[in-house]
Amino acid sequence: MKTFKGYARANGDFGIRNHLLIIPTVICANQVCSRIEQMVPDTVAIPHQHGCSQIGADKDRTFDVLAGTGRNPNVGAVLIVSLGCEVVDPQALADAIRETGKPVEWFDIQSAGGSIKAIQHGVELARRMRAELDRAEKVDVPFSKLRIGVKCGGSDATSGLASNPALGVAADAIIADGGAVVIGETTEIIGAEHLLAERCVTPDVSSKLYSIVERFEREVERAGADMRGGNPSPGNIAGGLSTIEEKSLGCISKCGTAPIRAVIEYAEQIPNGGLYFMDSPGNDIECVSGMAAGGAHLVCFTTGRGTPTGSAVVPVIKITANAQMYRRMEDNMDVDVSGLLTGAFDLREAGRRIEREIREVADGKLTKAEILGHREFSINRIGPSL
Amino acid sequence: MAEHVQVGADVIVMNAVDHVATALRDLQAGETLSYTIEGRTNTIAVMEAVPFGHKIAIVPIAEGDSVRKYGEVIGRATRAIEPGHHVHVHNIEGIRGRGDKARKEGEAPV
Repeated sequence: MKTFKGYARANGDFGIRNHLLIIPTVICANQVCSRIEQMVPDTVAIPHQHGCSQIGADKDRTFDVLAGTGRNPNVGAVLIVSLGCEVVDPQALADAIRETGKPVEWFDIQSAGGSIKAIQHGVELARRMRAELDRAEKVDVPFSKLRIGVKCGGSDATSGLASNPALGVAADAIIADGGAVVIGETTEIIGAEHLLAERCVTPDVSSKLYSIVERFEREVERAGADMRGGNPSPGNIAGGLSTIEEKSLGCISKCGTAPIRAVIEYAEQIPNGGLYFMDSPGNDIECVSGMAAGGAHLVCFTTGRGTPTGSAVVPVIKITANAQMYRRMEDNMDVDVSGLLTGAFDLREAGRRIEREIREVADGKLTKAEILGHREFSINRIGPSL
Repeated sequence: MAEHVQVGADVIVMNAVDHVATALRDLQAGETLSYTIEGRTNTIAVMEAVPFGHKIAIVPIAEGDSVRKYGEVIGRATRAIEPGHHVHVHNIEGIRGRGDKARKEGEAPV
């Protein structure tokens, strides 16, 4: 399979889904957005806690994640609902998303005359936009256009031993095909950053990687806290992971063996082709939301303890090498590579199974998280609320 | 990563320089296990229960020594660990991300 069926976007990019996204600019617009989502089938709202009482880089980060999620090629059109007095500027947000050429509409609840009138207006807009999106026909897209995120969460010892190395084999195959892979979780390369730094394409990229890890570690020191208990989490520790170093060394194999071309900011656009590192927290939802805002088409997510979460706009493929957990949580798991630890198949075969799933999901196969309606969305904060 | 785990393997050693193996099933005290490193077969007597996914020492580790898995340092032994014993948070600790240590060593908390 050299191509998949996807959606052509006006800016030359391609989507693997065709979402109508409903964005509240601020928490105060969440309820109106959720009501519109309930009343118009095949729409996705992304309620969140932010958009007001924020300043500086923290405010910019919220804006960038909202704009990036709207710009994601899996999104065909965007409806923005503002309250009317928040710090995230709805007109600027609409303009940032419109640069991609996709349809964007926005209105504010204060001008609309309250929640009921806003919901009515939003439903009318959303129905019209959804009908327009449904007329889109899929086209053949080469796999070289694909950008995938690699993530691990709810890790146990099987993650580092098997599912992460297997995902690494699949990541190498995607890159060999011309696609892009992004890895994040700055907190979870602590103790393994020297191994990734050796693979950076220039000394500048390598020193940037060291500097983002150092910045985070200084924050932990400033807080006077021990990372253990937070990361590795209680579940990680119960699963056999003793230290952040051990967790990190098990984490990094999921991005394969390609050179790292650049270190990009949280939610920054992921370039095409090759391997990239996104400076992001290890927190599952914040990390995946940052990758989606960076334009990832899908995220491959390994887990040993078992986690159900998905994402609002990108399919999340759940991969495990823990046979017992797979049996317990099969409803949530897409790929079982536990045979790697029993000798049933080798690392190449485990990688091929994941690669096949990536290709099928790109081509339209729904992930378990999509089927179950998991649409988690969370924005990383870097400043205080005012 | 071992490219291919042997069928029925009880533990896996990720790198020839490692101090620990990882249990591929729940291990019981009194068992004797065999494992391979770079094609050579070794045996280890299990001294205490080690749950699935947890680590077992395959060589003596002195207090204060760096402990290796994946051929890399995963932490420091907080007490001497004999072969066959469970290696986890009770006898090793992380070296990185230790804000609590930074404070103890005299830096002012925020």
